Order: sequence, then C-alpha cells, then structure tokens
Amino acid sequence: MKQYWEELTKGIWKKNPILIIGIGMCPTLAVSTSISNALWMTLAATIVLVCSNILVSMVKSIVPGHIRIPIFITIIAAFVTIVELTLNAFQPAVYQALGIFIPLIVVNCIILGRAEEFANKNGIIFSALDGIGMGLGFGLTLTVLAMIREILGANKLFGLTLIPGMEPSSAMIIAPGAFFTLAFMLCGMNYINSRKKE
Amino acid sequence: MEIKVLFTILISTIFINNYVLYQILGLCPFLGVSKKLDSALGMGLAVIFVMTLASFITYLVYKYILVPYDITYLRTIFFILVIAALVQLVEMIIEKTSPGLYQALGIFLPLITTNCAVLGVAVLNINSGFIDAEMGLLKSVIQGFGGGVGFTLALLLMAGIRERLELAEIPENLKGLPITFIIAGIMALAFLGFSGMKI
Repeated sequence: MKQYWEELTKGIWKKNPILIIGIGMCPTLAVSTSISNALWMTLAATIVLVCSNILVSMVKSIVPGHIRIPIFITIIAAFVTIVELTLNAFQPAVYQALGIFIPLIVVNCIILGRAEEFANKNGIIFSALDGIGMGLGFGLTLTVLAMIREILGANKLFGLTLIPGMEPSSAMIIAPGAFFTLAFMLCGMNYINSRKKE
Repeated sequence: MEIKVLFTILISTIFINNYVLYQILGLCPFLGVSKKLDSALGMGLAVIFVMTLASFITYLVYKYILVPYDITYLRTIFFILVIAALVQLVEMIIEKTSPGLYQALGIFLPLITTNCAVLGVAVLNINSGFIDAEMGLLKSVIQGFGGGVGFTLALLLMAGIRERLELAEIPENLKGLPITFIIAGIMALAFLGFSGMKI
C-alpha cells in the first residue's frame, strides 16, 4: 500500500516534472495566463498522460524495442486527438483559449518521457498512479504560476477583479512575465531544497 | 503586392511573433542546447531546415490527403508521424551525402522531432488559413523558414550570453535554469519592442 502511495505522490514534490526534472516547459509557460486555462490544460494533459501510460504498459511486451518511440508517439497522438475533439465539442471557449497548445500535448516531453521511462518498465496500476501523480505535479505548478500571473498581470483571480480601478502590469500576462515568474519559482525551490540538505 | 505580403510574414515570424520569445514554443532545445555557441548554431541550422521542409510537406499532406478524404480531425497524428519520418529521412540523406554536415548536425536531428516549434508551425499554418489562401504553399514555407530563423536568432543570443555567464558570479540558488529564465524574460521584453513595427 505504501508503495502505491509513493508512486502517486512522488510527482508532486520529489520528482516534480517541471520544477525538479525540468521538462514540459512550453505548455507550462504559454498556458498559465489564467487559472481556468491552467486547470483545463492540466485536465487535458493528465487524461492523455494516464491513458497513454496505461496503454503503453499494456502493450510493452509486444512492441519491438527499436520502433517503440514512434509507436508511443502514435498512441499519445491518438489520445490527444480524442481530448481535442471532446473539448472542441463540449467546451469550445476553452478550446479557443488553449489554441495550438492542445495538439502540442503530443510533443509535451512529460508524456513521452513517462511512457519511455516508467510505463515501459512497470505494470498497469503503477503506471496509472504514476500518470496521475505526474499530472498532479504538473497541474499544481501550473496553477501556482497561473495564480501569480493572473493576479499581477490581469488584476483578477478566477476571472473576478481584485482591486477595482487598478491598472495591472500587462507584461506579466505575456511571455516575459511567464519567464520571470517561473525563474523565481525555480529559485525558491532551489532555496528550500538547499535548506533541507543542511 | 504579394511580395510585400510574403515579406511581412517573414519579418513578423522572425521578430514580432518570435516562436521562442513571444509564442513560447520550442523551449526544451532553447534551454538544453544554448550552453555553447557552436552547438547552438548547429541546432539552429537543423531546425531551420526541418521547419521549412515540415511546413512544405504538412501543407501538401493536409491539402491533398486530409481534406479530400475528409479526415482533417486526424491532423495531429498525421503531422507528428510526417515530422518524425521527415526527420529520420533528413538524417539518413545528410549522413549519406555530406558526412561533414552530419557530424555537425547529427546529434541534434533526432531531438527535433519533439521540438514543439516544428509541430507548432505545421498547426499554425493551418490555423492561419493558408490552406485556401492564394499562394498558400509559399506562405506556409516562408512562415516555417521565418520561424526557424527566429528560433535560431533567439538561441544564438542566449548561447552568447550564457557563455559569458560562466565567468559571472551568480547567487547560488539562481544558478542553472533560474538565471536562464530571467535572461529569457529580459530578452522577451526587448523583443516586445518590435511589436510596434509596421510594415
């Protein structure tokens, strides 16, 4: 039981895909303009991650080793297409807001990385838990980033205006703000980890 | 008139809508391969090459295979497979025809498949409505080429700065990725200056 719990929670802090391993940066930075975008992106990426992890761990014994990467990418692309069509049908506004970053989930290094590194070597249940955990870690980072950027860049939280009449700094909502916010988050992570070691 | 439109697309993808610094695409190679100027140049050239070719081929695939058979919803799968095959093909051709170039680009080519700028430009070409536009193929190719050049420009600037940063005294907790992101942020702010440009 303890082992299951560990596989589930390792993605949140100890092996956080963004802050510790440092992969999956593009969607993280581009989509974190508002919390609702961040949450939808998390949902989409986590569904793809969990489904592809489960399927990869199911087919791992029949996939020939030297062509496994193309097969994994095709599996991931199929799930991304399912998510893309579903979002387009039921949440067209979200689909518009996330734009090309929905199809780009295919090349999100987190998903291919977990398929290759974890699901290819472990059983179905562990792979599913790993997918959920990594998705949570990704989502948590994305949400914190989005919260900071939404407060500073749009003067809003969950779409509600915080301080009426205040002119927010528009640089925070576009690319430079994303870079700066993530830089300071990584710096804070380094600080906490270095304090822990002492 | 058309020349002017094409020129506008080229300039805006290189400077105004720079793929790395404005649209935030292709960050993995931007962070991973920007430690040395030489390897940054090799990666940049490989990306320009692949992005130009990928725009060309995905345009043809979309217009003459996906649209006639009414399977445009499969574009993500098709595009990623086309790009993966293309990268593999380019790698084999370069290896056979020019070993010198292969030595220089070799290790970067497989990495390009998962560069989201390449898939990004293929999807953006479709979203920009180039499929039905006049001279759509040329516009797509120019957008791909400009995207690659913009990526290379950002990568080279970053590599140049990071080479000098090796000698600088940086606070312990900012070393590595955090300082790189701060530099990227400042570069992105600088590139915002281009957004007022009118052609």
